[in-house]
Amino acid sequence: MGAHFASPNTHGSKIVMKEEVLRMDAEPIIVCRDVSFSYDGPLVLQGATFSVVPKDFVCVIGPNGGGKTTLIRLMLGLIEPLRGKVEVLGRSPKLARSRVGYMPQRAHLDPEFPVSVLDVVLMGRLGHGPGFGPHRRSDRAVAERVLTEVGLPEMGRRPFSSLSGGQRQRVLIARALACEPELLLLDEPTANLDPSVQESLYALLRDLNERLTVVLVSHDVGFVSVFFRTVICVNRTVHLHPTRELTAQRVADMYGREVRLLHHPSGQKSGAGS
Amino acid sequence: MREFLDALFKFPFLQYALLAGVIASVACGIVGSYVVSRRITYIAGGVAHCTLGGMGVARYLNTVCDWTWLQPLHGAVVSAILAALIIGLVSLHARQREDTVISALWAIGMAVGILFIAKTPGYQEDLMSYLFGNILLVSQQDLVLIGALDVLVVAVGVLFYNKFLAVCFDEEFARLRGVKVEFYYLLLLCLTALTVVVLVNVVGLVMVIALLTLPVAIAGNFVNRLWQIMLLATLISIVLTTGGLVVSYGPGLPSGATTIALAGALYLLVLIMGRIKRAA
Repeated sequence: MGAHFASPNTHGSKIVMKEEVLRMDAEPIIVCRDVSFSYDGPLVLQGATFSVVPKDFVCVIGPNGGGKTTLIRLMLGLIEPLRGKVEVLGRSPKLARSRVGYMPQRAHLDPEFPVSVLDVVLMGRLGHGPGFGPHRRSDRAVAERVLTEVGLPEMGRRPFSSLSGGQRQRVLIARALACEPELLLLDEPTANLDPSVQESLYALLRDLNERLTVVLVSHDVGFVSVFFRTVICVNRTVHLHPTRELTAQRVADMYGREVRLLHHPSGQKSGAGS
Repeated sequence: MREFLDALFKFPFLQYALLAGVIASVACGIVGSYVVSRRITYIAGGVAHCTLGGMGVARYLNTVCDWTWLQPLHGAVVSAILAALIIGLVSLHARQREDTVISALWAIGMAVGILFIAKTPGYQEDLMSYLFGNILLVSQQDLVLIGALDVLVVAVGVLFYNKFLAVCFDEEFARLRGVKVEFYYLLLLCLTALTVVVLVNVVGLVMVIALLTLPVAIAGNFVNRLWQIMLLATLISIVLTTGGLVVSYGPGLPSGATTIALAGALYLLVLIMGRIKRAA
């Protein structure tokens, strides 16, 4: 099993078991070749080259502003790379969209918007039905099914605005699942949630990983070694590692400045106290 | 009330007025709900004020150039759609300058309207009725056009409900699901423009925003799905426009202002009752 990063890993055996199922020689589901990107300024990403195999469970980590969300947006085809090429499911990200489920960052939604839980989930069916008129019965059935899958059966009629933070995130995961995707992309699904709620969300995603490839962005390194099989470290440059090869030194290198910033004030405090 | 009912049976202009209020309320409830939930009331305000330009130009051409087929309402339709498309394209492509452009169009539209009206011989009272509405002046001809616009707005608004809902709630996600977000956003603004034209007859362009938003805001206190808000807001709007007509008729008050005052009072009442309920 080798050295694990951070705390001793009780789930280690489970991860190794899963790894045997993972086919490393399979056709990759995401391929990035020498991808660079900038928003009219310095490069946000530079020469990113990696691939993700099907059924992998990937966490994208890195400091704020390091390019994590940019990487996800490239995979969705919402932005085009400056140089290089991104392929998802063997085609361009735009063409692959119908088979990709996406969960955006929470901040960008209006929490007071007048919709029910089922209304939100049904938005995931938009690409499937006719162009106008009401949703079909089969679409409703899919929506009910995925709500059950994320642990919120019978919640369809509740107003979206009345839910707790963790429940809302589950609804947005259900909306992504309603697309019946092969790949799930999630941008900071656990931001601003209690640790216990975070953990149950990670557990849900691990269950979904039984049948889907899951890639998510997190700024929270603590859970990485416990749940994920692969880690993509993004800080302008991009490196992919199996989780078991992720060492404290690698994380410290990437978060270098932030780690110092975190330690500095506590040192000062103890100095002032003595 | 008695006096109003007697008059209603006697005078066709009162029947037209009542019908115009009801027709306008349907478009108002549906499009108002989209506008409020998508938070684009400022855009609706800009479009509303731009219609004065179109009405002024149309009235000038009608009177001075003898284009007798051209009514001010036609000018309002053209200028409202034009304003909606310009504002929409600007807000899609240059987000940071959206409010500047809206403010500019808002004022320029009014300025053009006032200039043309000033140079048109005739009663200057027309300006007042454009600004503050005079539902008692609605003609049979106006009613046909308002009705046609209403049918169009309601049909499109209901038929593409799911698309509009998704675009209003989460534009990016809708785009990823293959929805042509830009198209539906511009379509929504055009519906807003046509609704504004319908409402201008009822309350005038200055007070359009109040009728577009207040019934929706009131409805939002009782139901919490968009289509339910649409239904309830339509009903509230019918009650308010009819109430405004009834209340204003006897003492000879301006009907548009009476309607808006009623709407404001009801909104306040609902807010206060909500406070009391929450405190109890």
